[in-house]
Amino acid sequence: MAQPRADAPSKIILAGSDLSRVVDRIAHQILEKTSGATGTVLLGIPTRGVPLAHRLAARIHAFEGVEVPVGSLDITLYRDDLRLKATRALGRTELPPGGIDGLRVILVDDVLFSGRSVRAALDALKDLGRPSSVQLAVLVDRGHRQLPIRADYVGKNIPTALSESVKVAVTEIDDTDEVRLIGGLQ
Amino acid sequence: MIKHLRSAADLDAETATLILDTAAEMAALSGREVKKLPALRGRTVVNLFYEDSTRTRISFEAAAKRLSADVINFSAKGSSVSKGESLKDTALTLQAMGADAVVIRHSASGAPHRLANWVEGSVVNAGDGTHEHPTQALLDAYTMRSRLGRLDGLRVSIVGDVLHSRVARSNVLLLSTLGAQVTLVGPPTLIPLDVAAALSPSTKVSYDLDSVIPDSDVVMMLRVQTERMQDSYFPSAREYSRRYGLDLPRMRNMPEHAIVMHPGPMNRGMEIAPEVADSPRSTIVEQVANGVSVRMAVLYLLLGGK
Amino acid sequence: MAYLLKGVSILGGKPTDLHLGDDGLITDRSDDKAEVIDATGLVALPGLVDVHTHLREPGREDAETVETGSRAAALGGYTAVCAMANTSPVADTAGVVEQVWRLGREAGLVDVQPIGAVTVGLAGKQMAELGAMATSAAKVRIFSDDGFCVADPKLMRRALEYVKAFDGVIAQHAEEPRLTEGAQMHEGEVSTRLGLTGWPAVAEEAIIARDVLLAEHVGSRLHVCHVSTAGSVEVLRQAKARGVRVTAEVTPHHLLLTDEMASGYDPVFKVNPPLRTARDVDALRQALLDGVIDVVATDHAPHAVQDKECEWSYARPGMLGLETALPIVLSVFGEKWELIADRMSIAPARIAGLAGHGGDLTKAGSPANLTLVDPSARWVVEPGGLASRSSNTPYAGMTLPGRIVATFLRGEATVLDGKAVK
Ligand SMILES: [Zn+2]
Repeated sequence: MAQPRADAPSKIILAGSDLSRVVDRIAHQILEKTSGATGTVLLGIPTRGVPLAHRLAARIHAFEGVEVPVGSLDITLYRDDLRLKATRALGRTELPPGGIDGLRVILVDDVLFSGRSVRAALDALKDLGRPSSVQLAVLVDRGHRQLPIRADYVGKNIPTALSESVKVAVTEIDDTDEVRLIGGLQ
Repeated sequence: MIKHLRSAADLDAETATLILDTAAEMAALSGREVKKLPALRGRTVVNLFYEDSTRTRISFEAAAKRLSADVINFSAKGSSVSKGESLKDTALTLQAMGADAVVIRHSASGAPHRLANWVEGSVVNAGDGTHEHPTQALLDAYTMRSRLGRLDGLRVSIVGDVLHSRVARSNVLLLSTLGAQVTLVGPPTLIPLDVAAALSPSTKVSYDLDSVIPDSDVVMMLRVQTERMQDSYFPSAREYSRRYGLDLPRMRNMPEHAIVMHPGPMNRGMEIAPEVADSPRSTIVEQVANGVSVRMAVLYLLLGGK
Repeated sequence: MAYLLKGVSILGGKPTDLHLGDDGLITDRSDDKAEVIDATGLVALPGLVDVHTHLREPGREDAETVETGSRAAALGGYTAVCAMANTSPVADTAGVVEQVWRLGREAGLVDVQPIGAVTVGLAGKQMAELGAMATSAAKVRIFSDDGFCVADPKLMRRALEYVKAFDGVIAQHAEEPRLTEGAQMHEGEVSTRLGLTGWPAVAEEAIIARDVLLAEHVGSRLHVCHVSTAGSVEVLRQAKARGVRVTAEVTPHHLLLTDEMASGYDPVFKVNPPLRTARDVDALRQALLDGVIDVVATDHAPHAVQDKECEWSYARPGMLGLETALPIVLSVFGEKWELIADRMSIAPARIAGLAGHGGDLTKAGSPANLTLVDPSARWVVEPGGLASRSSNTPYAGMTLPGRIVATFLRGEATVLDGKAVK
């Protein structure tokens, strides 16, 4: 997919406290929809899905005092577009000590776009164990799905053009919290 | 990413570290029940072995299969290779078969370099003559890093028949690239000429194992073939093992944390005493397991992308 | 046919007209029927003489024949080549050397002077019938086991003595065999890095040191083939200073290339003795200038494709040389025509006992053996474009100075307009 140039105009969609508020909202939704997040595991998809999963767990704990186990699920080796790009470095796959068998797994990612990453994550998950159910939480849904996949929890829907891209920054990795829309004609 | 792995000199520090990091992820994944990963589905890896080395071949085969590559074993015995077909003709055959990577083991130094001229796919050196064995060096480095936590500044002594050792050459190159301090130890007849100038200027040479041992974080023992005696490299197996073998008293002089390595196959009682080989300091069994992870990393990084 | 070479520069001198009579001699009389060649800007050299050529016939006609090698020689400016004895069968009898000699006459492009083997089958055990070869039609004067060293000191001593009876010379391939078992390239930094078994310089130097002492002891002539190390140069310098009757050759490749060329494992750079270090190259160049080394010899060693398109250690050693020798020497030393004439024609003709070659081009009555060089021409070496049947040149793709325009053997053109006449 065409990427906007590095110097393309960009616009901040969410920043700092806005982003925290969105995370809080997802945490509340998870608590509500899972009746208190028991029997639940959060698996972040590297890179930025992982800190987001940890934040969600922290907020859930803050709201309800529930400890939700957090892990990471790297999907690189399962991607269907490996050969289209230069070799990618691997991220970490680390399941919580209790594993995932029989539990509700919530995949956490920063942006939902074509749906291919989620498909790869489902493939990776199937090789790791047998959860009772799998849900998806994303910070941003930018549309343009290429597969029949939808998120269970969405922080913010951002309508985009294909020529645009959405860039999520989190303090843990990027020293700032923001969601930026890059390129396009605005 | 590089295209071929013919020599440890093909790797700069960044690439070498990426391979080791990737190997660590591969190792983490290998603990699970479903070992197969789909990354190299549809890719063909050919194991072209002109020398018998079941261990290395199996290690590459397992690595390729865990990444879902199709593996073709083309061994010298019972194939056209042994009937005098030239390396070039074999290469053209492999090319026609659509090999994405050829893993080659050959008794002639430089055979992987020659092969790379004749195939379009990646060439991985699985040991060529008395030249190099880069994946062995990578798994050795991986083992050192996982046991001792770092490579930078590590003092590694490589002991034995350095002259004829492809493992030693690759280790000197790779470890120096990654910041370790390598000392080569052996009788002067088995230390190659100008070795520091040839491989890495930081390389040291010693003819006295006992003086080196107390300052070694890693002691890597090389296999010594007893045939070398006939060629006057040393007078007898007994004298060799007295001067350059790693026995219990010598192992006790190693620092508390130091480890013992051996690329295998070992001559127990010659370069290494059985009690040393089986001691907790010995990483010999781990080295074999790490071999698969490291080779997975190499194959993935060479073949996983565009 | 008579020729008039108009405006030619003999050994780089002032332009002049050079007459080649139809009797095959240089003459000062003009001939109305002479074919006129505009030789403006061309340099005339006495026809080059190679004391070390492998023509491969009989035995390996797939790599070279006397005819194809002769053509390569003529195109390289040569009028005489000495054909090494390591053919199959080995040139160790009067029959084989006469066969080679006859094939050379039939090809008619250069004088092919056979070299006879020192020992039967080059095996280094028993002396071959050197006298029979000397008195054969081929009139052999140089004897060599080249490819192998006459390693046995007693046998070497006897051979050196024996050939005195017919003014022969032993050309030694100096390589101590025990020190070079399995050797693949120069022993040093590069061989260590490449994991190839080393060919130590001392294996050459020790034999040369021994042989100059033997030659001195028995008062014989010794010729040293393809000197390749700085240490050998020192041994020769001292021997010559003492008056030992020793001559020595260096190849164009040892004057230019180093062991670093082996780094890609391309066997086109595999040769025996091996390419050495830059320090050796410098010493060899200086030695040729000083006269410690007497001649440039090609060691032209054609090999079939399958003997080079393979693993380094399985490849045969050797490089093509005849068509590139003069350009390489020109590129190394520049237009030192007197030096080139001496080291590539006059001195080799003297060593090989080839009267009629290496003559004075300014003297009427000398045999008209000469070559015309265009020193300003530049050309790119294309292995497929060479006249040799093989293509194992280490200079592929290199741009070299100096192109042979014409070569004359006893007044007959063997090369005209840069092309062989037959
Ligand atoms: Zn020779």
